[in-house]
Amino acid sequence: MLGMHGNYGPNKLTNECDVLIAIGMRFDDRVTGNLAKYAKQAKVVHLDIDPSEINKNVKVDAPVLGDCKESLRQLTELVKRKSHQSWLDQFRAYDEVEKAQVIDGELNPAEGQMTMGEVIREVNELTQGDAILVTDVGQHQMVACRYTQFKQSKSNITSGGLGTMGFCLPAALGAKLGAPDREVIAVIGDGGFQMTIQELGTIFQTRAAVKIIILNNSFLGMVRQWQQLFFDKRYSSTELINPDFVKIAEGYGIKGRSIDQRADLKSAVAEMLNHEGSFLLEVHVGKEDNVFPMVPTGASVSDVRLS
Amino acid sequence: MTRDFTITAFTENHIGLLNRITSVFTRRHLNIESLNASESQIPGIHRFTIVLNTTEEMVQKLVLQLEKQVEVIKAVYHTDEETVFQEITLFKISVEKAAEDNLVERLIRDKNARILSVEQDFMIIEKTGHKAENDDLLEFLKPYGLIDYVKSGRVSLIKPNEEIKHLQKLVKEARQTDHKQSLN
Repeated sequence: MLGMHGNYGPNKLTNECDVLIAIGMRFDDRVTGNLAKYAKQAKVVHLDIDPSEINKNVKVDAPVLGDCKESLRQLTELVKRKSHQSWLDQFRAYDEVEKAQVIDGELNPAEGQMTMGEVIREVNELTQGDAILVTDVGQHQMVACRYTQFKQSKSNITSGGLGTMGFCLPAALGAKLGAPDREVIAVIGDGGFQMTIQELGTIFQTRAAVKIIILNNSFLGMVRQWQQLFFDKRYSSTELINPDFVKIAEGYGIKGRSIDQRADLKSAVAEMLNHEGSFLLEVHVGKEDNVFPMVPTGASVSDVRLS
Repeated sequence: MTRDFTITAFTENHIGLLNRITSVFTRRHLNIESLNASESQIPGIHRFTIVLNTTEEMVQKLVLQLEKQVEVIKAVYHTDEETVFQEITLFKISVEKAAEDNLVERLIRDKNARILSVEQDFMIIEKTGHKAENDDLLEFLKPYGLIDYVKSGRVSLIKPNEEIKHLQKLVKEARQTDHKQSLN
């Protein structure tokens, strides 16, 4: 994954690559960081179907207009196989650093409150990567998109560029109605959940068996993270006093469970997945945990930080 | 380097399109110098003439964004040299002051203005030309009891015949395809 909360190596090395190949993407600010310091050294190849995307944010050396399924195949036919072992090794070295400083602690914390990452790890283990994962917007979205494992395509639904909080619950409902035979897991923050909470009524009506995981840190976590890192912890309008989500779900005929102990995590996720209808699992996670790596706003991608 | 560009957009004639066209400018914090909408040479197709002062790089991106609106069939941009354009200004001046200094004769003989209407205490004068000429006349009239004035947006025709014929052909074809699709 690239960008603001993407992986360490790709961010670090973007400003050292010779060629940058962009396929159907738009170089948005969460990917590029400061555009004035983004991949200035690179020859840019941009494949896109929309002519207005070419040269919009990044000057392109070789634009390829058209359906990428077609143009990419034609392009790869012309590419000669080459090996760049030392270049790839640089990525692996950065991967090791990221794993040691960020990923291990996020996925397998030894103590303290539960992390968002370990909930996703548990989901990975019990679903074997077969579920459709739908997320809302914020910290949980970054963690879910960073750590969820997928075995098949059409498995990740998230509001990326639009950044629409409240997206998850109705989107998950739609995913379940569209793919009733697949497990659909909605991972939502406590803030976004209340923005479209009325869709519990539609879930109730349609009996769509959506599995809902609320990663509750009692904050609008992503905004709080910015307020902590860039505004001296002057928290403003980010702390949330939440209702009893399990009780609300119960009112809609949706079984629920709330946990705050690591020891209960595995059994709770298993209970959710084994339950026949819709199920709401609320997990209380660390209130002031942050998502890393992070490219601070306005910085270059190569200034990505790990803490 | 910024300069004036004239954007010509051929569009369907739908309610609300103007709003979406201007929003393309607004979200880039660009000011529209003037905007004119009228019917075009092709029946059922509207023509927008939009003047703005910006860089060529920006205006290139703008016309591509405009064309992403479904009802915008084709959008192009030109410099002043590539177009013939005109603006109109109407002035309301006091009749009493106009009687002094042979004003009426000077307006018509020297300034190529026209008198549209004379009432008991005011007269309406029309001047068409480039913005600079019209603004010159505005300065000239200020001492003569100028009561009010209004300026139109720019209207503009593209000079090269081949280009406009090509555009008209594109627009007609797009319209026919749309029509067929809506029948199917």
